Amino acid sequence: MQVSRTFYARGQTGQQLLIGAYQALSRQIALGSVVMYNRHEMLDLVMIDGKARGIIVRNLLTGKLERFAAHCVILATGGYGNVFYLSTNAMGCNVTAAWRAVKRGALMANPCYTQIHPTCIPVSGEYQSKLTLMSESLRNDGRVWVPKDKKDVEAIRSGNLAAQDLPEDRRDYYLERRYPAFGNLVPRDVASRAAKVVCDDGLGVNKSGLAVFLDFAEAIQRYGKSEAHAKGIENANPAAIIKLGEKVIETKYGNLFEMYEKITGENPYKTPMMIYPAVHYTMGGLWVDYNLETNIPGLFALGECNFSDHGANRLGASALMQGLADGYFVIPYTVGTYLAADIRTPSISTNHDAFAKVEQEVNDRLNKLLSVKGSQTVEQFHRRLGMIMWDHCGMSRTAEGLSKAKTMIQELRSEYWNDVIVPGEQNEFNPELEKAMRVADFMEMGEMMVEDALHRNESCGGHFREEYQTPEGEALRNDADFTYVAAWEWRDDQDSVLHQEPLKFEKVELKTRSYK
Amino acid sequence: MKLTLKIWRQKNTNSHGKFENYQITADTHMSFLEMLDVLNQDLIEQGKDPVAFEHDCREGICGACGVVIDGRPHGVLKGTTTCQLHMRFFKDGDTITIEPWRASAFPVIKDLVVDRSAFDRIIQAGGYVSVNTGQAQDGNAIPIERDTAAKAFDAAACIGCGACVAACPNASAMLFVSAKVSHLFHLPQGKVEDESRVMSMVTQMDKEGFGNCSNVYACEAECPKEISVENIALMNRRFIKSSLTSNK
Ligand SMILES: Cc1cc2nc3c(=O)[nH]c(=O)nc-3n(C[C@H](O)[C@H](O)[C@H](O)COP(=O)(O)OP(=O)(O)OC[C@H]3O[C@@H](n4cnc5c(N)ncnc54)[C@H](O)[C@@H]3O)c2cc1C
Ligand code: SF4
Ligand code: FES
Repeated sequence: MQVSRTFYARGQTGQQLLIGAYQALSRQIALGSVVMYNRHEMLDLVMIDGKARGIIVRNLLTGKLERFAAHCVILATGGYGNVFYLSTNAMGCNVTAAWRAVKRGALMANPCYTQIHPTCIPVSGEYQSKLTLMSESLRNDGRVWVPKDKKDVEAIRSGNLAAQDLPEDRRDYYLERRYPAFGNLVPRDVASRAAKVVCDDGLGVNKSGLAVFLDFAEAIQRYGKSEAHAKGIENANPAAIIKLGEKVIETKYGNLFEMYEKITGENPYKTPMMIYPAVHYTMGGLWVDYNLETNIPGLFALGECNFSDHGANRLGASALMQGLADGYFVIPYTVGTYLAADIRTPSISTNHDAFAKVEQEVNDRLNKLLSVKGSQTVEQFHRRLGMIMWDHCGMSRTAEGLSKAKTMIQELRSEYWNDVIVPGEQNEFNPELEKAMRVADFMEMGEMMVEDALHRNESCGGHFREEYQTPEGEALRNDADFTYVAAWEWRDDQDSVLHQEPLKFEKVELKTRSYK
Repeated sequence: MKLTLKIWRQKNTNSHGKFENYQITADTHMSFLEMLDVLNQDLIEQGKDPVAFEHDCREGICGACGVVIDGRPHGVLKGTTTCQLHMRFFKDGDTITIEPWRASAFPVIKDLVVDRSAFDRIIQAGGYVSVNTGQAQDGNAIPIERDTAAKAFDAAACIGCGACVAACPNASAMLFVSAKVSHLFHLPQGKVEDESRVMSMVTQMDKEGFGNCSNVYACEAECPKEISVENIALMNRRFIKSSLTSNK
C-alpha cells in the first residue's frame, strides 16, 4: 500500500517553509530575544575544558574576525553536496562549520552516503556552475526512456531525428521494464543508477551522452481523453485531445515546464525533457545522539548537517520534516537539559586564551591562502575536486577507483596550498577568499568520504559498490558485517579512525527492498 | 558569441563608482551568471579584481542575484530572475550594461552587491504572525477557500529581491511591502493583526528612506515573481482603514 505523506506547494514547499520560519525569526528579533548577524561566517569552533564554548566568525563585509562565546553551540549549517562542485544545492552551501568541528574532534558519520537525484537538467557545458532539479513529482506522469538502438541514439544526438518521432517499439522504457511494480516511481537511488547504466552503455541522448528522456506524451494523451470524456466531447480529434491534455499537464506542472524551457530553450510539451542524475543531498553528517548532541559536549547539530534521520537513503520530503522536527521538537528540550548542568557556570568570556588561540589559527589560515599567489583559481580547484568525487565516489564506486581518488585528492590538496590564487585582502568584502576557505575544507571532507566509501564493503542506499551487486545489478547489502553507523575521527596527515555505532532493530525487521 | 560588458565597478560603499568595459566570449547555453563567472576567471588570472555580484540558489528562489541589465532589473525577460536568464537571449556583438540596484535604501557594498537589510527591518516591524512557532494550531485544521489561498500564495511568492525598488523612479518599496501584507492578510492566522501590521510596516518602510508610490507600475512589470500591483491597492485600503481606526 502507498500512502500520501507529503505536501506540495506550487514547487515552492521549501521556500514557503523558509519564509514562515524567517518571519517567525524576524518577530523574535523585533522582541529582542534573538540578534541576527547577517553576512557572518563561522570559521572555527572554540573549546574550553573539552566543551564547546564559542565560535570565531568572519564578518564578511569588513573581513574582520569576531569572537562569540556561549554555554553551548548549535550548528544548523546544512549539507556538503557541493563537495562535488556540481549539485542542486545553492552555491553558498558548504561544509566549513561542520568540518571545523571535525577538526576539533567531532565525529563525522556515514560521510559516503550521498543522494543523487534522478531528475535534474543535464550539464550543458564546461562553464556549468550548478544543476537544477526538476521536481520529483514529474515522475508521476513522465515516462523515462532511451532508444534501444545506438543508431537511433546517433540520429537523435546529431539532430537528424526528433525524439518524439521515434516509434514506440524502438524505445526502451527501462524503469518500467526492470521494475514492473514501481516503474517510473522507483526510489531516487535506483532510478539514478538505472540512468547511469543506460548512459554507460552508450544510449545517452544528448551530445555528451549523459541524458535520458522524461516523456509526457502518453500522459497528455491520457489526460486529454479523460477531459474530453468529462466534457462530453464525442470523437474529439487528436489535436483537440492533445490540447486538453496539455492544459491538465500545465495546471499540474506548469511552473516546472516553464523553468525547464527557460534553462534549455526547449518546449517540453512538444519534445520529451532530457534529464540526468545530480548530487542533491548528503545523508551523512556530524554524528549526534538522540539529543542531537555531537560527541563534543555542548556542540549540537541540526538539520542536514547531522547524519541522524535518513540512514543510507533519504526519502522525498524527509529533509524538511527533519528540519522542523530537529528545530521545533527536539532541540528546545535537549538544550535545556544540557544547560541545566551548567546553570552555575558564569557567562563565558571571549577574553579567554582559547579564543585568542583559535582566532590566531583562523587568521593564519586566511593569510596563508592569500599569500600563495599561485596560478589557478579556487573555482578551478573546486571543479577538479568535483570531477574526482563524481567519477570515483558518485553513483557507483569501486575499491580501485576509491583508492585512486584518495591519492588524487591528497595531491590536489597539496597543489592547492602551493598554487591557488586568491585576489584581494583579508580585511575587506572578498567573496573569493570566502570560497577559498570553503574549498580547502571540501578537499579534506572529500577525502574522508572516499575513506568511508572504501571501507564499506557492501552496497547500501546511496552507496553503490560495483563489487557488491546481485546478478540483476541491484544493491547487495552485507548486514552481517556492516549494520553500523561509521563515525570517523579525522587525523591530520593520517588515515581517519573508525568508530562503530551498531544499529539495533527492535520494532522492525531488517529487509531488502524490492521494486520488481 | 562575442560581447562587450559595461559593468559598474565600485570598491565599497563610500567610494565613487564608474563603468568599465570588458570584452568576453560567451556560449549561448550559458546562464547570465555563468557568463560573469567566466569573466571573473579571466580577471583573476590576469591579477585583476573580480566583479563582485551576489547569488546563491541560481534558480530563482532566494532573491539574491538582482542586478540591472540594460536598464531593466533582472533583465528584459518577463517573470525571470537574473540567474534564470540565459545568454541565448542576447546576440553576438551586443553590448550589455550591468549595474547594481539604485536606491538610497540599498547602499552598494561592492560593484553589483547591495545591502538589502532594510527589507529585513520592514519584516521585523510586523511582517509575521504573533504566535510562537511549534505550538500554533496545525495550519490544515483551518480550511481556507481555494481562491483565497491562491491570492495569499501569489503574494507569498515574493523573494524579497528588491527589483521593484530598483525599477521604480521613486525607489518605492510598495510592491514588496504590499506583497508581505497581502500574504498574511488573506490567511486567517494573519488577519488578527492586520491593522497594526500595516501601520508598523509602512512606518518602517518610510523610515528606511524608500520613496512614495506614484502609480507608475514599473515594479509589477519587472517583478520576477509577477507580484500584482493589486496588492498595493489592497495595502492602501488596509492602511487607510487602520489609520482611521487606530488608537495609537
Ligand atoms: C533544489 C532542492 C530542492 C529540495 N526539495 C526538497 C523537498 O521538496 N522536500 C524536502 O524535504 N527537502 C528538499 N530538499 C532538501 C532540503 O531543502 C535541505 O535538506 C534543507 O533545506 C536543509 O536545511 P538546513 O536548515 O539543515 O540547512 P540549510 O537550509 O542549508 O541552511 C544552512 C544555513 O547555514 C548557513 N551556513 C552554512 N555554513 C555557515 C557558516 N560557516 N557560518 C554561518 N552560517 C553558515 C547557510 O548560509 C544557510 O543559511 C531540497 C534541496 C534542494 C537543494
Ligand atoms: S515584489 Fe517582486 S520585485 Fe519586489 S521584492 Fe518581491 S519578488 Fe522582488
Ligand atoms: S541566485 Fe537565487 S534567485 Fe537568483
